[in-house]
Amino acid sequence: MKVVGNIWDIFQNQILGMRWLRDLTGEVLKAAGVDIMKPLGGALQFFIYDVIKIFVLLAVLIFLISYIQSYFPPERTKKILGRYQGLRANTAAALLGTVTPFCSCSSIPIFMGFTSAGLPIGTTFSFLISSPMVDLGSLVLLMSIFGVKIAVVYVVLGLVIAIIGGSLLEKMKMEKYLEEFVKRAPSVEGQIIELTRKERIEYAKTQVKSTVKKVAVYIFIGVGIGAVIHNVIPQEFVEAALGSNNPFSVILATIVGTPMYADIFGTIPVSEGLLAKGASLGTVLAFMMSVTTLSLPSLVMLKKVMKKQLLAAFVVITTAGIVIVGYGFNIFQYLFM
Amino acid sequence: MDIKVIGSGCEDCSRLYTLVKECCCELGIKEEVGKVEDLIEIVMLGVMSVPALMIDGRIVISGMVPSKEKIKEFLEESRL
Repeated sequence: MKVVGNIWDIFQNQILGMRWLRDLTGEVLKAAGVDIMKPLGGALQFFIYDVIKIFVLLAVLIFLISYIQSYFPPERTKKILGRYQGLRANTAAALLGTVTPFCSCSSIPIFMGFTSAGLPIGTTFSFLISSPMVDLGSLVLLMSIFGVKIAVVYVVLGLVIAIIGGSLLEKMKMEKYLEEFVKRAPSVEGQIIELTRKERIEYAKTQVKSTVKKVAVYIFIGVGIGAVIHNVIPQEFVEAALGSNNPFSVILATIVGTPMYADIFGTIPVSEGLLAKGASLGTVLAFMMSVTTLSLPSLVMLKKVMKKQLLAAFVVITTAGIVIVGYGFNIFQYLFM
Repeated sequence: MDIKVIGSGCEDCSRLYTLVKECCCELGIKEEVGKVEDLIEIVMLGVMSVPALMIDGRIVISGMVPSKEKIKEFLEESRL
């Protein structure tokens, strides 16, 4: 068992975490005359190391994930979901949300496609919550930075929020708050394009290119903020605002995170910095979940297909779920650190 | 030939539209490249991932912006 543990540690630290890259960056900076023990030098080291690490992980991950995702276009997901009912439908939707390719510009066609096919509204929302919050890429990136336990717990709890959130919206009989044209939209059997392996690889490559282009700016900003937090902002400050002594830390993190829009890849380095400076784990997770799942642009988009009662219920339920998870994590933090 | 680019005005959608137009131009296809931007129409066509390309009622690309070569392949195929 010990051997397995050691091998896993090496994998965790050197391959996923790329510890060697941090050391290398440090050496190079030292050779260039930068004192990495000083705040500015340390911030520089963190920035260079984190940017390279995240871009490498991003490229590899998006490639693998897109390849898997090419088997699950939303048209197929819709068909699969039609077979389930009740809580099982919500669970299936949350799980499929993790593998179905999702970009915010597709959220409306997906939403309408699901509802017009007669899928219950709760199932659709389980999908819409889980899809941006939890995906395979975030799982691996979280493993790289926070370790396996935290990554798995994040994913499991994300799925739980998606399942329960969707079920609640279902129970509240919210269908009547859909816009009229959504209810009237006819159900159309989508055409599923069958791809060859070569086409799947081609698809994965294009996804890597377009994703890197799309999220690069978020990564630079995210890592930049992370580097500043890591090395410049005093520990006491972060601890006071987001540490265990502030009973409102989780609510604060969730409220700050909600209107923001950022990719999970840009959010993780900020969280990494906060965590290193004494923010509580649950607070940091709540921040990540709220940034990725709820954002002003996506809410503006969803407003087109639903009335404000439903939109408000969606926001309130998701936020409440995130806050509960955050506090739960803080209470049981000692189990994971 | 009936060529339509489907998508509700996102960045990728306009990128695909431009590429398809360029390809048509280079292949000497004279038909107008149509745009479907209305959400209802998109749903009626059964499209769930945008951007999508439809040629003569058949969805050939969905949820991605492919290379120009790929687009040309589809256009040539349908021209026969």
